[in-house]
Formats: sequence, C-alpha cells, structure tokens
Amino acid sequence: MLVIHRDICGYCGACVSVCPEGALELIDAYLTVDNHCTACRICTRICPLGALEVADEAKV
Amino acid sequence: MKRKYDVLIVGGGPGGALAARTAAEKGLSACLIEKRPAIGVPVRCAEGIGKETLKEFIAPDDRWISAEIDSARFVAPDGTSMTIEQEMAGSKVGYILDRKIFDRELVWQAAAAGADVFVKTRAVSPLMDDGSLKGATVAFCGEERKVGADVVIAADGIESKFARWCGLDTTVPMRELMSCAQYVLTDIDIDPHVTVFYFGNRIAPEGYLWVFPKGDRTANVGIGISGRKSKDGHRARHLLDRFITDSFPQGKKVELIVGGVSVCRPLPCTVADGLMVVGDAARLSDPMTGGGIANAMITGRLAAEVAADAISRGDVGRDALMPYDDGWRSSSVGKSLEKNYRIKEVFIKLDDAKLNALIQSASRLDLKDFSVLTLVKELIKRNPKMLLELKSLYSVLK
Repeated sequence: MLVIHRDICGYCGACVSVCPEGALELIDAYLTVDNHCTACRICTRICPLGALEVADEAKV
Repeated sequence: MKRKYDVLIVGGGPGGALAARTAAEKGLSACLIEKRPAIGVPVRCAEGIGKETLKEFIAPDDRWISAEIDSARFVAPDGTSMTIEQEMAGSKVGYILDRKIFDRELVWQAAAAGADVFVKTRAVSPLMDDGSLKGATVAFCGEERKVGADVVIAADGIESKFARWCGLDTTVPMRELMSCAQYVLTDIDIDPHVTVFYFGNRIAPEGYLWVFPKGDRTANVGIGISGRKSKDGHRARHLLDRFITDSFPQGKKVELIVGGVSVCRPLPCTVADGLMVVGDAARLSDPMTGGGIANAMITGRLAAEVAADAISRGDVGRDALMPYDDGWRSSSVGKSLEKNYRIKEVFIKLDDAKLNALIQSASRLDLKDFSVLTLVKELIKRNPKMLLELKSLYSVLK
C-alpha cells in the first residue's frame, strides 16, 4: 500500500498528474489516496522530495 | 454563490483568472473557485514569462515584476557558456514575476469585471444531468453544494482532476513529467538581468537547472529532471542541494518550492460536452522551457470567448465547443508546442560530450549575426559527428 510521509510531502501535486488510476488527489495541502491505487510506484519515483513509499502490507 | 452561472471556472491561476475575466467582460455570469485559501500561494513556478505575451493581457506593473531580463546564458556540463542577448532571443526573454502578487492581481481584475470568486472552495465532482455536464458539486469548509453552469472551464493545473472525472485521460507519462524543486535563494552574487540555464546529465538529467533573478542578490534557483531519472537519493531536491552547496554555499534559502511540469504533447482533445480544459490541466506547458503561464492565459481567454459564443447559440455540446480546441491548436500556441516538443526530444538524447561540443562551438560564434536557424546550420558545419541530431533539429525549426 502507498504510504504518504506527510512530514516530507510538499503538497505540489506532481504525483497526481502521473497516476494512471486517478487514485491520488491533492485537497489544498493534503494529499489523499483512494482504493484505486495499484501500488505501481510511478508516483514514488517522480516525487521531488521522496514523500511517497510503497510499504509491505504485512509491516504496516 | 448563485445556484446557476453561465460559466464555472475551476482553478484560480492565470488560466482560470483570464477565463473568468474574459467571461465577465463578455457579459456572462461567471464563477471562479479556488481550492486553496488564498490566490497565488503556494507558488509553484520559476516565474519567467516573455514580455510581449504578457503585455497582451495586462499592463506591466512593478508591484509584480521582480526582475527584467536582457539576456540568457547557457552553461554546458564542462562549464563553457554562451550568452544570447535580447535582440536574438526575441520574445523569449522577459520578466521574472512575483506570482503571489501577479495571480492575485489577475483574479482581482476578474472580480472587478463582475466574476464571482470563492476561495477554499473545491470541485468535488461533476454535476451530471441526463448524461451531460451541468456544473459541479463544490465544497467549502465541509459544506457541499451544487453549482449549475452551462460551461465548465477546467483550469485546475498540473494536478487536474476535473477533466479526468469527465472522461478525458490526463495522465502524464512518467518520463514526460519534470520533477522540480526550487529555492528562493537570497544573499547571493548574481547578474540581476541574466537568466542562467545549466545543462548536463549529471547536473539535471533530461532537464535543466536554472537561476532566474528576482532582485540584485536574490534568485529562483531551481531544477527540473525527467521523472524516469528521479530516484531515491537522486531526486530533484538532492540534485539542487548539491548544486547550491557547490555554487552558492553562502545562499540563504528563504522559500522551498516543489512541483511537476508536463513536457508531453497536449491532451488529444481539450473539449467535451459542456467542458473546456485550459493551461497546465490540458498539458499545455511548453515542452522545451517548461513555461506555462502564457499558454494558460491565452487558452483561458479563448475558452471564455468560445463559451460566450456557444452559450449565445444555445448549444454547449462538444462540437459547439470545438472552435476552442481547433483555435489554440491551429494558432502559434499549438504550432510552437509541437515544434518545441520535437526540439526537446532531440535535446534529451544528447550526452554530456555532445552538449559540451554544441555550446563550445556556439560560444565561439558572434551570435548577433545569427537567427536560430542559421545558428543550427553553422553548428552542423562545426560538429560533423552530430549530423544526425542537428539535422533533425534543423528540420523541426525549418
């Protein structure tokens, strides 16, 4: 599942633009992810700050 | 907020503001909503714009012009640099804006023209009736309400959702999303009238690093790298920090700005029934420079003009709104987007040795005597090993 590190996120919305599922949304300064996320990791790659991570389900 | 407007504009950047101002000037009832609690902040921009384009929309004002630029310097990976003066660059040089004030001014103008404006108000979903778009459900402080509109103009930027909800695929390919970071850096030694661009696969892979002056000792120092080159420990912020440590170790970071800029081709279609998509939301930022303000204002204005026409005829279906899509595509906006896309595709494939060779040979020429096209011709003569790349560049520019 996608973990949003809110202390790192710069709420810029770059991730929203690359999400093929439309699972991300930037609500003012708060990034949300819905259940359409397939953990494809594209957003984790492009984040300018490294705020997104796909974490192992079992560890979360 | 009324129950029904002629035009609802989603997003309060320059595209949305021009759409709202134009719609109001045309006598339409217009409502602009901005999800943030204030217009113009947080800034997500390097703030450069060409002088001539800007003047088409608003009279230049010192309150929101941070710097006036007279030349651009390009720095190769090996440090060689070449400078292009204003005369040759034409409208490419211009102003560095103060977007916090600039955006606010544009929205105030829209309000003065008669548009309604609401902040901290976001579109939650399209309002559908009988399968066609009839406005949006919007939320303000947790309170939802339906706002009817004959036409919705989606000006919701890089993180656009509205067009996607209406069935247009707005996904930017990973390699064509520039991952960007920028500091407003102060107390640094710069030339306050020169923009500087650094190229190289080490410094800014498939992108560039910029220093855009915002005063005598202050600049936007930022970087954009291709999404596919971004990874842990090697992200836009890391590469930017490395550059600043090397080049401006005494600089003070007074603002951190991050963002994404699309360098893909525009959406295949920017209209749907009752909907037009403008600016960054339509992926209309320039693929070569990353600049988006001008195209946002141009398309924002055009969308409102087409809306006025369509509404007066009583038909806001996709076909009735097509003059918007056809309009920007066949104008200089569409032509230069396509040209610059192809130039970008040539440039991102150059390795550092080729970038060095190009800038070295250009730096030896007296650029006053050259147009861009004759410059490329001259570079072909001097760089026979790069014939293939330069020929394709020449064919794009021709």
